[in-house]
Amino acid sequence: MKPAAVKEPSMVRQKEMLADHFKKLATAKARGDKVVYTFVPGNLTELMLSFDALPVHPEINALQSGMRKLSGEYIAEAERAGHSEDVCAYVKCDIGMLLKGNVGPTGEKLPEPDLLLLSYTGCFTFMKWFELLRERYRCPVAMLHVPYQEGGRITPEMRAYVVKQLETEVIPKLERATGKSFDLDRLRELLARSSRAEDDLVWVLESGKNRPSPIDAYFGGVYYIGPLFTAFRGTEAAIDYYRLLRGEVEGRLARGEGPITPEGSIDAERFRLVVEGPPNWTHFREFWKMFYDEGAVVVASTYTKVGGVYEGGFRHDPARPLESLADYCLGCYTNLDLPTRVDMIARHVEEYSADGFLINSIKSCNSFSAGQLVMQREIERRTGRSGAFIETDLVDPRYFAPSNVRTRLESYFQMLAQGRPLARAAGAAP
Amino acid sequence: MKCFVGIDLGSTTTKTVVLGEDGAVLGRGITNSRSNYDVACAVARSEALVDTRFHLFQNALRESPDLDSHAAWFLDAVRRAFRLEQHQRLLDELEETCRVHAESLGAVAPSVLACLAGMFEDLREEAAGLFASGAPARSDFFRDLAGSRFTALAEAHGKRRGVRPDLLIGLYDKSIIPVENRPPEGDLQDLLGKAVETALDGCTMSERWRDEIAWTAQRAAGISLVEVRTVGTGYGRARLPFPKEQIRSEILCHGLGAHAVFPGTRTVLDIGGQDTKAIQVDERGLVKSFQMNDRCAAGCGRYLGYIADEMNLGLHELGPMAMQGKHPVRINSTCTVFAGAELRDRLTMGQKREDILAGLHRAIILRAMSLLARSGGVFEQFTFTGGVARNEAAVRALRELVAENYGERTINISPDSIYTGAFGAALFALREERGEELAQPRVAPGEEEAA
Repeated sequence: MKPAAVKEPSMVRQKEMLADHFKKLATAKARGDKVVYTFVPGNLTELMLSFDALPVHPEINALQSGMRKLSGEYIAEAERAGHSEDVCAYVKCDIGMLLKGNVGPTGEKLPEPDLLLLSYTGCFTFMKWFELLRERYRCPVAMLHVPYQEGGRITPEMRAYVVKQLETEVIPKLERATGKSFDLDRLRELLARSSRAEDDLVWVLESGKNRPSPIDAYFGGVYYIGPLFTAFRGTEAAIDYYRLLRGEVEGRLARGEGPITPEGSIDAERFRLVVEGPPNWTHFREFWKMFYDEGAVVVASTYTKVGGVYEGGFRHDPARPLESLADYCLGCYTNLDLPTRVDMIARHVEEYSADGFLINSIKSCNSFSAGQLVMQREIERRTGRSGAFIETDLVDPRYFAPSNVRTRLESYFQMLAQGRPLARAAGAAP
Repeated sequence: MKCFVGIDLGSTTTKTVVLGEDGAVLGRGITNSRSNYDVACAVARSEALVDTRFHLFQNALRESPDLDSHAAWFLDAVRRAFRLEQHQRLLDELEETCRVHAESLGAVAPSVLACLAGMFEDLREEAAGLFASGAPARSDFFRDLAGSRFTALAEAHGKRRGVRPDLLIGLYDKSIIPVENRPPEGDLQDLLGKAVETALDGCTMSERWRDEIAWTAQRAAGISLVEVRTVGTGYGRARLPFPKEQIRSEILCHGLGAHAVFPGTRTVLDIGGQDTKAIQVDERGLVKSFQMNDRCAAGCGRYLGYIADEMNLGLHELGPMAMQGKHPVRINSTCTVFAGAELRDRLTMGQKREDILAGLHRAIILRAMSLLARSGGVFEQFTFTGGVARNEAAVRALRELVAENYGERTINISPDSIYTGAFGAALFALREERGEELAQPRVAPGEEEAA
């Protein structure tokens, strides 16, 4: 390990972008700006921005609270209010934050929503979550029902169904909430900018195919997807951010450097992994350290597809504005069926030359966790590489047992190392 | 003589295995992990080295056709004499420590000291019986052996002298920790020599044979043991006093150890103090996949320890009692804390202790079955390792549930199952020394036993 890492300009830029966004949110009501609460998977950021509405993402606030060690307190508050221990920890963290004054991750109060925009993409809990918020805020809800993508393909009927709802349900409600008329040309401009930023993000994520990988596509990846999966897609700021990020990754690649970690860049890449599932946020650094201490680099992850999936060539398309928004919602990771997820992970294991894959299963997140053990077996069968399975939680600090997780990871890494000389002896690639 | 050491620093017990250059097991040592992992590690290691001396002594006796026939009973006598001497020394230390604490008790100090004197006299007198030929094993550890009798004697002696028993028991609680945590003195060899003398004094052989045996013992004791390499594993592995490169995960060690003892092994179940592991290995003993309990230690070995405490039984007594159960009670919860309440409730309802215990054993195996299923299932052959594999009621429940869920499987259980992790660690040490990709060490004769 090299000495402590200097923050790269893109990290500083992202922090400034977020601070600026939360400042705008804090002063939104005073300026008369409208606020829309929405979720990350299959988000409709460009559509919201075309109405000058400011998005708030409750699950991002929850994970930020987790990283700032506030989630335990918020969850306790929600449990006092009657929410069960087994409910999704994101929901309880958000409800708890709300009950404690709705102060956001930057210390500024979040504005109340003018609209709850629910892009329903495979997570039933999201619907219940917004029911709870609707009770609290007494504001309108726009519900976009996105059909589950069974069979790994989007049919014309599915697309048409979503487009129709955008036209008849979502856009009219955005118009009513913001007092503005829908402007298709503006949406097209935003989508064109999205596409440019998306190209750079995809390049960055695919740089994990190099050996050594210049990025960590899980612990670093969650930062990389930040602007594009939240409030910034379709903005010049996002284009600038991703250009900057790509330049940095290109530099690391040219110099043969590994990913940056909180303790410097990884000099010796020992293990290449694909990771399925969200990270644990309450012990994010500690969890990450368990990987980089062993020289383990995540070369691809499914969590970086949680907002939307770009592989296969999808980009937001100004020529097909509502259709491409529909495709984005339909294609997001949580809306994919198990065989498609298995295909994706197995493909990543091969294409990114991974030594194995790890599933971080979240007990309170059924939309991710259901079927993961079955997925593990199938991916192992197809790739011939072993998977590891650990269980943690999103933001409930009570469900992260560091010594257990460390034991499993160490065992897994040693298992991979143990298999190597034999693989060489058998004539396989080292 | 070169040897290779594996240490498994578990949450409940610490085990050490010493291997020779040919991979044969030379010695094993075990101690309770206590609050000080460093001492536990040192004690287990010393015990294993002493056991190695026994092994060398046994080999030396067997080399002589005349002495071979005496080897088994004589070694048993030496072992018992050794354990007794060791126990007596620890009693001395415990008494001294208790006395120091008692002297600061003010007005009651004289009565307490008098009680202690009487109690330790009784403990010394009883000690010979604990290590007599054919005496049933209650525990491997001084803490358990001395502790249970101390409690009983505190009642009797306290009553006689008007001293509250809890005051005396408090002295034991304060004293046992420093006594346990005192690093072992370097005099185990000396103890071994004394044990040989004691055993010789107790036998009726002619002077010539006695001299021959004494000389053989001396020769075995004189062999220099060179610890070439040590590998550590287990929960406390981070505390082991050697570099990270010499540390292996329990998963790998149990996998390799189980496969080396039973080469047909493909699935391994290890129930340890605070974790249960289901491991799949390939034909070379390499781990292919594994599952462990997560976030909660319900249904692990400590559960049984807790139940034993609740029932005021020794850990070794649980299995035999559960085997007496004719109608096992269905118990679903494996929460260790709830188990105590469930136990009391069911006793109140008039259910038999034997039936409740049988149900508790089945409950922990049911949880292990879930892990096995998650790891991919139970394949032929199936090896059960860890301390709980010595519990016959747990083994019975496992056999039933494996047959129910997977059909007929060969279930292997080594009498030394508790040492599997340490054995695997020692194999890694040997393997590194040999520069082999996978060691195929020979297992000590008599170690293999398909149960």
